[in-house]
Amino acid sequence: MKLGYLLSSVAVMALTTYLIRMLPLVLLRRKITNPFLCSFLSYVPYAVLAAMTIPAIFSSTASLPSAVGGFAAALIAAYLGASLMPVALCACGTVLGIELIMQLI
Amino acid sequence: MEQAPQQSFQKGLKDGLPICLGYFAVSFAFGITVVGAGFPAWLAVLISATNLTSAGQLAGLTVITAGGGFAEMAMTQLIINLRYALMSFSLTQKLSARFGTIDRLLASFVVTDEIFAVASSQPGEISRRYLFGLAISPFGGWVLGTLVGAAAGAVLPEMVVSALGIAIYGMFVAIVVPPIKKSRRVLAVVAIAASASCLLKWVPVFAGLSEGFRIIISAALASLVGAALWPAGTVEGA
Repeated sequence: MKLGYLLSSVAVMALTTYLIRMLPLVLLRRKITNPFLCSFLSYVPYAVLAAMTIPAIFSSTASLPSAVGGFAAALIAAYLGASLMPVALCACGTVLGIELIMQLI
Repeated sequence: MEQAPQQSFQKGLKDGLPICLGYFAVSFAFGITVVGAGFPAWLAVLISATNLTSAGQLAGLTVITAGGGFAEMAMTQLIINLRYALMSFSLTQKLSARFGTIDRLLASFVVTDEIFAVASSQPGEISRRYLFGLAISPFGGWVLGTLVGAAAGAVLPEMVVSALGIAIYGMFVAIVVPPIKKSRRVLAVVAIAASASCLLKWVPVFAGLSEGFRIIISAALASLVGAALWPAGTVEGA
């Protein structure tokens, strides 16, 4: 494949992605006062996270059991008040443990 | 607020580390994929360093592999990455007054799902130092992971790659659970978004929907319902 095509494609890809992120951030400068819009925007982060996590988390590892185990471990650790890194490591460790056990069985 | 201890560069750096870990794993897989598709390692690194987005890069690679046109490339990115516009829109309300145009132009580059999520979960406004501290290690991890994946494909055992795959989601859980414990409203919005996301994924009618649109529709719907039923104004941590 030609070098020019590769470079141009990457440029188009990067520019499109950048504009999507940049336009709202640069154009909207004032604080929104409309209560409906305010509460809408305050819910957005959690709604986005929920939609991104479920159901994708269940196919994020090599097998469903390890993903379910990792998800449960993360929920418990987060519920008990652990912060980001420990919760993430807890999920990873549980997945690794379950995958190991499954390989031994 | 710029000087408040929880808003420092160091705090951002610390909060960015789990993202860095997760990004390393994901971009590692991306690097393997690019080289596996027959492209040189530098292309993988170039794409990661200029795009900083997982689904969009993978889709972009598919377009390049097929020799697709530039319009097709732009449309693909627009559809998959439109959710970032929603995030940027939400983020504008969290930025401290000291974010000038250049800061905003720079910050735009690092609006990813994860950085956005962590930044939004901070109480009060976000300082420039915090945001850039937060973004720097994930960017490094993303580029480095791509390079290592592209250069040394199968070095990590498959089991480790599999375990790292859940890191990002574990982090999401850690962000969402504390506000859920405090607020029934957030719990309801999260439940609606998760249910909608599952429906859109598994109900055959919606099978053609891309992942990006699925997230936008589910999140917008859930937030609209939340705002309509419980218009609480600017609720800290919702």
